[in-house]
This record gives sequence, C-alpha cells and structure tokens, in this order.
Amino acid sequence: MTVRDIFHSMDYGPAPESNAEALAWLAAHEGNFGHWIDASFTAPHDSFETKNPATGHKLAQVTQGNQADVEAAVAAARRAQPKWAKLSGHSRAKFLYALARLVQKHSRLFAVLETLDNGKPIRESRDIDVPLVARHFYYHAGLAQLLPSEQPDLEPLGVCGAVIPWNFPLLMLAWKVAPALAAGNTVVLKPAEYTPLTALLFAEISREAGLPKGVLNVVTGDGATGAALVAHPEVNKIAFTGSTAVGRKIREATAGSGKALTLELGGKSPYIVFEDADLDSAVEGLVDAIWFNQGQVCCAGSRLLVQEGVADRFHTKLKHRMDGLRLGDPLDKCIDVGAIVDPVQLAAITAMVDSCKDGEVYRAATPVPAGCYYPPTLITGLSTASKLMQEEIFGPVLVSTTFRTPGEAVDLANNTRYGLAATVWTENINLALDVAPKLKAGVVWVNATNLFDAAAGFGGIRESGFGREGGWEGLLAYLKPRLKTKTLLQAHPAPEPVNPEVEGLDRTAKLFIGGKQARPDGGYSQAVYSAKGRLLGHYGLGNRKDIRNAVEAAQAARGWAKTTAHNRAQILFYIAENLSARAAEFAARLLELTGKPGEAEVEAAIGRLFTYAAWADKFDGAVKSVPIRGVAIAMNEACGVIGALCPDEAPLLGLVSLMAPAIAMGNTCVLVPSQVAPLAATDFYQVLETSDLPAGVVNIVTGSHAELAKPLAGHLDVDALWSFSSTPLSALIEKEAAGNLKRTWVNHARARDWFGAESEGRTFLGAATEVKTVWVPYGE
Amino acid sequence: MNTRTVSVNNTFTPPEHTWPRNPGMPLDLDWVASVQVNTSAVERRAATLGGRRTVKKEFQAAWLCKAISCIDLTTLAGDDTPGRVRRLAAKARQPVSESLLEQLGLQGLTTGAVCVYHEMVETAVRALEGSGIPVAAVSTGFPAGLSSYRLRLAEINDSVKAGAREIDIVISRRHVLTQNWQALYDEMAQMRAECGQAHVKAILATGELGTLRNVARASLICMMAGADFIKTSTGKEGVNATLPVTLTMLRCIRDYEARTGIKVGYKPAGGIAKAKDALLYQAMMKDELGVPWLQPDLFRFGASSLLGDIERQLEHHLTGRYSAANRHPLG
Repeated sequence: MTVRDIFHSMDYGPAPESNAEALAWLAAHEGNFGHWIDASFTAPHDSFETKNPATGHKLAQVTQGNQADVEAAVAAARRAQPKWAKLSGHSRAKFLYALARLVQKHSRLFAVLETLDNGKPIRESRDIDVPLVARHFYYHAGLAQLLPSEQPDLEPLGVCGAVIPWNFPLLMLAWKVAPALAAGNTVVLKPAEYTPLTALLFAEISREAGLPKGVLNVVTGDGATGAALVAHPEVNKIAFTGSTAVGRKIREATAGSGKALTLELGGKSPYIVFEDADLDSAVEGLVDAIWFNQGQVCCAGSRLLVQEGVADRFHTKLKHRMDGLRLGDPLDKCIDVGAIVDPVQLAAITAMVDSCKDGEVYRAATPVPAGCYYPPTLITGLSTASKLMQEEIFGPVLVSTTFRTPGEAVDLANNTRYGLAATVWTENINLALDVAPKLKAGVVWVNATNLFDAAAGFGGIRESGFGREGGWEGLLAYLKPRLKTKTLLQAHPAPEPVNPEVEGLDRTAKLFIGGKQARPDGGYSQAVYSAKGRLLGHYGLGNRKDIRNAVEAAQAARGWAKTTAHNRAQILFYIAENLSARAAEFAARLLELTGKPGEAEVEAAIGRLFTYAAWADKFDGAVKSVPIRGVAIAMNEACGVIGALCPDEAPLLGLVSLMAPAIAMGNTCVLVPSQVAPLAATDFYQVLETSDLPAGVVNIVTGSHAELAKPLAGHLDVDALWSFSSTPLSALIEKEAAGNLKRTWVNHARARDWFGAESEGRTFLGAATEVKTVWVPYGE
Repeated sequence: MNTRTVSVNNTFTPPEHTWPRNPGMPLDLDWVASVQVNTSAVERRAATLGGRRTVKKEFQAAWLCKAISCIDLTTLAGDDTPGRVRRLAAKARQPVSESLLEQLGLQGLTTGAVCVYHEMVETAVRALEGSGIPVAAVSTGFPAGLSSYRLRLAEINDSVKAGAREIDIVISRRHVLTQNWQALYDEMAQMRAECGQAHVKAILATGELGTLRNVARASLICMMAGADFIKTSTGKEGVNATLPVTLTMLRCIRDYEARTGIKVGYKPAGGIAKAKDALLYQAMMKDELGVPWLQPDLFRFGASSLLGDIERQLEHHLTGRYSAANRHPLG
C-alpha cells in the first residue's frame, strides 16, 4: 500500500512490538527449562511444549514436575524458611524492593514474554499487568518493613504452595509471592501449564535481587504437579487462583490437613447500568470488563444488567463499540483483543456459546483472524434461567438482561452462586452507595471496572472463594498467631450412673430456633448427669432437619446486618446485663456440669459480651490509598449465616466467645453448644429471650457434634462454619464445606485458652467479616 | 460510507461540500437535561487511547498528510499584517516542500483552510485565489464574545461579504454557566442565519465551561441550533483542546447523528503542537465516529505550530534521519 492509498483508506497498519529479546532469552536457555529450585535451574526432564497461542508455534519445552521434583522444591523451601523468617522486616523489605525494581528494569522483556506465552495484547501486559506486578512488590516491601511493629503477635505460616492460573501468569505470581515473602514464608510456585515462562524468567531474575536459595522455587507442570504440591504434608498453606471446580478439589484435598487455604475462583460478575448512567462511558467500561484479556478474567463483568428503559439505546451503542474492536496479533500495539490462551479454551468457549438456544447472539462486525481467536460477542434477551446467564464462559462473551428497579437489579445481580466482583454505573451517588453494600461480591466498582491495586483487597465470597489478596487483609492470610498450642483431647460427658440421683421438678431443655423454643424434630432426648451422678436434666438431640430449620430461621433474620452497630452493641450489653443478673444460677449450673466452680466462667462470659458490645461499632473499615482520584473503601461486612460447633471445655464462655463476635458484626448464627455440657446453653437462651435480640439472630441446636457437623458444613445456605468441638471433625467439616466453598475456621484438634486474650478480639472479628472493597472514582 | 474521492492534484475539493449541512432542530431541553458525563470514566478512556492505537511507517506518513489536509492554518495575533497573512496563505497552498510531497505521492496537498481575524479576510482570500482553500474568520467578538450583540452579528456579515467561507463564532459562556439554554440556542441560531452560505463553527471555549457536563450540553445546543462544526477553544483560554473534552464532544456528535442523521464536524483548537498529538486525535475521531470524520469536511485542527512538527516527521519517514526545523519553509 502506498502512502497515497492509505491517505484515502485511513486504515490502521501493523504496529508490531519486537519479540527479539524475548526469543533471545528463550534461546539462551536452548528453549528447554527445568524447575527453579534452590536458586538454580534443575535439569529438564519429561518436558512438554509451551506454545504461542497466536501462532501455534512452540516457544519452549518445560519440565513436567513429578513427585520427586515437588519434594525437592518443598525441601528447599523448608530449609530456607527459618532463616528467612528470622530476617528483620527491613531486610525482607529490601529484597522485595529489589524485586520491584527488577520487574521495572526488565519490564518490556516480561511484557513481551507474557504476551507470547498467553496471547494477551501487548498493551495489557505492558500497561496493566507488569506495572501492577511492580506495584505489588513495592507495596509489600512496605508491608514487610512495617510488619514487626504493626503485628508483633503474628508469625509466618512456613512453606506456602502457590498454584496460579494462565490468565494473568506474572500478576498472579506477584499476588502470591509478594505477601508470602513479606510475611516471612518461603514459596513453591506452580505456574499454569499453558503459561510457565514469565514465572521462570522471574525466578531467574530473583537471583539479581540476591534472594536467598530456596526462598522462591518454581515447579512447572500440569494439574498433577499442582495436586502433588497441594498434597505435600510439609506445605503449610495453599494459595490458589483458578477455576471453582479445581478450587473445590483443593478444598477437599486439604481438608483436615491443617494447611491454611485461600481460594480465588470463578465468577459471573454483574455489570449494572442504571438509566441515569453515562451510557457511553458504561459502554466503554464493558470493553475493560469483558473484552479485557479476551474475557479470560475471573472478575470479568460478564453479566450485563441494564435498566429496561435505556436497554435498546445501550445495546445499540454497545454493538457499535464492539464493531470498533480490533482483533489480531497480540504483539501488535494497535489491537484491543488478542488470542485465546489455547485451542482447548477456544473450543470450550465455542461449545458453550453454540449450546445456547435462547437469546439473540451478536458478534462484533470486525475481522477475526484465523487461528485461536474468538469474536467479541453479546447475547441479549436471556433470562435468568438461561445456562449462559449462570455459568462462567471465561471468554469474550457478554450476556445481557434487563431490570426495572434498583431492588430488582440487586436481586438479579445476587442471583448467582458466585460473588467475586460487581460493577455499578449511575450518576446518582445515593443509588450507588445504596446498591454497593447490597451486592454479594468482594469488590464493587462504581462507574469503573477492573480497577486493581496492591493496597486494595481483592477476593470473593460464595463460590468465588475466600481470602483477600492485597492490603493488610491480604497479608494476614500468610500469618498466624504466635502461640504454643496443646492437643485438644476429646471431652466426654459424665457417664450414666447405675443409680442416678433424681430430684426436683423435671425441666425440659429445648432447641432455640427462630426465637422460639422448639422440640427436636427426631423426638429424642439425652440425659445429662453431673460428675457425681446426679441427673441434671435432658437436652434435645437435634438432627439434620433441626439444622435446616435453624438455618432457615437465621436466613430469615438477615435484616440484623442492616441494624445499626449501635443497636447491636446495646443488645450485647443487655445480654451481659441479663446474664449478670442470673450469674449465681449460671455459676451453680456450671459447677454441676463441669465439677468446677463456675463464677470465673460467668464473669468471663459477661466480660466477653462487653468486649464485643464495644467492638460492634468500632471494627472500622478503611479508605485505601489507591492511585486514582477517588476512594477505595474497605468495608467490613457480615459473612451472613455462621454455623459454629462450640467448645466442650468452656460450655458457657466458649459459646459466648463465638456468638458475640458473630452477632456484633451483623451475622446471624446457628450454634451447636458443648456436647458435654449443653445445659449451659439452653439456660442461656432464656437470657437471649429477655434481651431484645430479634428472633432468628441466634439459634441453638443441641445434639451430637459428629451428627450435626455434616449437615451444617454441607448446608449450601450457610456462609461460614467454625468448629472448636473437641470431637475431631475438622477434616469432615472442611471437606463438606467444599459444597458451596463456605469459609471454615476449625481447631484441627488444637486447644485454646477460652479465658485468655487470644480468644477474643480481631481474629474473631476478622473471621466474622468479609472485606468488601468499593471503588468510587470521582470528579466532575 | 463516504464515497467521496479525495483528489490531491490541484483539484482539491473545497472541504465543505460533502455532506448535507446541519439544518438544526427545535431546542429539546429534555435531551439537554438528560446528558450525563462521568468525568473519571471519560478521562480513563482518553488516557488509555494512546496505548491502544498507534500508526507506524507509511501509515503514519499518510495519517500525518491527512492531518495537514485538516489543518486550519491559523494566525490570530494583534500584530498580524497583510504580509504575514500572505506568507501563511502561501504555506497553506504548499504546506510541505514539493520534493517531499512528490516522494509521498501527494502532490497538491493543501491545508484545510486559513483562519484569520476579520481585518485579514480580504488579504487571505486574495492570496488563496484559485487554490480552493477556504478562508475562515473568527468572529462575534472573538475571543471573549462580550461585545455588543448587534456588532457581533454585523461582524459575521462583514466577514462573509469579505469572502470568508467559514465563520468561527464564539458562544456566550455566561449562557452556559447560568444554564440559560434558550438564550444560547437563540444566539447560535441567529449567528448561523447570519452566516448564510458560509459554514459556521461554534467555539465553546470549553476551558471556561467548568465541567464536561456543561461541554456536552453546550455541544448539543449548538448542534440543535444549526452549527456545522463544534470547536473546543479560541486558543486563548487557560485550557484549550484536551482529549477528555474531545471525547465528550464526539459522543455528542454521535448522538446527534443518531437522532437526526446529520453529521456535524469537530475542530479541536489550541495546544495541539506535535505530530504525535495529532495522530491521537485522529485515532479518537476514527474510533469514536469513523473514517468520514477524518476528512476535512468534518474535522479540522485549529493549529499554528503543528504543521512544522509534521513536516519534520514526514522527512524522517522518507530519509530515516531526524529532521530539523530550519529545513522546512516557515509558515
């Protein structure tokens, strides 16, 4: 084409970024990589190809990690960990700072290599991924520096296994490695099978930061390699980002192992456009939401909800914008949408869209290159019942439906198993700030989308996983209390005496569900005897149906979260007051149940109620210092319905220690009291009944922990489950929790001093809340 | 689609004759009231465009030549003289040295117009005779627009009589700042009527309107009142053309076309001095509105020093050597 031809056509021409340096780096390694263990590459073996999805050409051979490789990497990390943890925060900060600087110094090499391996546009790897990676290491250099003074009572977990996906290979590495190292852990990282190269480059470059041997190890391979890492007994934490299906398997595989776990999984994030939005900007936002990284983004705004009155206009504008998207060579600096990561993924997207029989499919009128590309696609007119409205496509496909009112928008938005992100477009600040807290998501963007920063927590709820990455809240997932714990032995009720001593009027302890005393569904009761063989009473043996009823009651009481914190504080104080009024009676009951004087436990329980009455209006969120003109508000929101198996050893204090933080933060709960001394709890519901606590906020189901744990942990409408039972149920609970990926907090048979400071405060409040980050850019 | 062929060999089609003129429409205050502009979002789009779009090599050369064809080569200084204007007119006829244009295959390329104050119109018209290059006159008490209404209208008339084929009027910013939309509409409509056959560009002075929302409202009202072009600035405000302002105005142009079928032109002015900036504006025109808005009948740059930088870039393209300003004739 001559200049004159172009003068008439005014086409964009090719604008290729050079791949020479990246190819030279691959060539320097003869295109064949082993693992990175103990700060050097191992000899390659059993290698497989990693390809450039844009061309289908092989980029390099990488090694399929086997059991022995994982063993070697974990052993290296284990050897390195104590010394790494012993370094001062400042020393670790210096290493992280060096890593940040190195990412910047080699930024173009990282960007080009990422684009070659993944197929994402060079604009994104260059302008988004790599700068965010550098920012993450800078930010965590700061966290490392401040950690000893800010969190003196916490210590690192040990060896962290990180399993990361192919959609943001280097960025996800940063999200895992930076906090792990900052906190004093060492890492074994398993990059995705499709995209291992930038992790290997990063590992090699970490040598230039002087990172000690074994602190960072990279083992390449497929899912089997990841599974070996997950299963390794010497790994103390698994941090996983990827599909919900694999996340669920990891939850099951790690159940009962004592490994800490954070999961950042899939999503079907709503993108809500109200009639008063800047429609053109909302259209442009969708380009960043669903056509960013070919839609292969866990938090992609993939579910468009647009107010009915403006829907036609909005769809027209959207289609016009779609037609202007340019697909092509990811290394071209003038394209918007690159290649799908692999033909397997392309086939999966194609099959899902082709299976959709309802709605109207619009494909962008833009040239689609041959090969691993999928056109930007909009499917309108779908109903909530449509499969594509519910299931994650993980491709450049947007589905759309309409709503009439803000209330309906929220209902539709929350009508999903996921809860990762949400986007709201409106020029009305009242509407935006009303809707944002109502959306079931870990991140909400107002009049923007896909904003990320190291200072702001990112992560989901529901089947989008648990745990946050970024901010102090993200760092806490790599730390644990500095405590020496003892083994918790299973407690047993006093045996039934041969000749029980019976006196007084028969008293019937019931279950407490929805604010009412309820007989157990099964119609069975269990006698409780004092250590001296006196019959103290009976308690109802709750079963799975009682759990069902209790959870329903707890769900029906969710309005509790909307009450003011002041109101919740008042009620907690009032519970304490009413307990105090009956202190002598409770102390006597505890003496009978446990054989030990009960005064101290009652006093401690009253004190604990005061503690959480105090906290109710003081566990503040934060405004994060993110690099935009705007605010990122980290709100501490209630988890929802929390189930708790209460400790056996402190029947009243233990129950109060779990109930009080839960309800202080606006949760409702289903409590299964001490199995050894349940009557302390059944007496306690009378205190609750007289304390203005709304019905259903606290529900108490007595019975066998072993029997009730399963229906409670498996219940799909329970959002979190805690267990401090002396019955060894941690494995069962974590496994059953995989069903809806609820958060769990279990004791792994470690004892806790319920009277001590360790059993109240921020740890409990953190467990009772989810951090929701609401981004609100502003400016007129 | 625009099927007009652009001729460049001394048969340069006058840029105002391709699309039907904007006849205007009744003032629709509901539409004006419903305008929403989210500033942060507009800024994000504007800021990322440069990372999304770029043209290289012969494409860049062609785009820069196209940019030249859209320049309103401008002199608006108190010390303008006939000699100064004649030199500018000569530069408009031959914006790039003949040898460079020959190598580019674009002999006959001219700028879009020459833009001067009323007193210089006659001189400019005479100097451009036979070239087909229109003379644009800034008018209506440019730049503040605060002289008497009668005089402002008379000025339009005088410039048209003197041979100006394009009139760049300035709106009364106070009408925007006090939300007096009817007054703005009436003023614009009357100025449009005064222009007769001459095309009218409405200068919004966006740097003085305070918010992008005001920019959008003023854009819509000027189009409703029949503006052929909407233009950002006089070049004399503290802030002149910017990409966020441009994006806001282009979206209004798109909405106006969707509603009326009429294409309205766009002219950013002030502060666009580098070839690289021009390419960014062109990319925004192409992406937001399409190829017709890259042609001089719907797109102009109000610029004085931009041409010099483009000349240097073109020479670099042809020779591979970075160029110097003294190698190109002064405008």
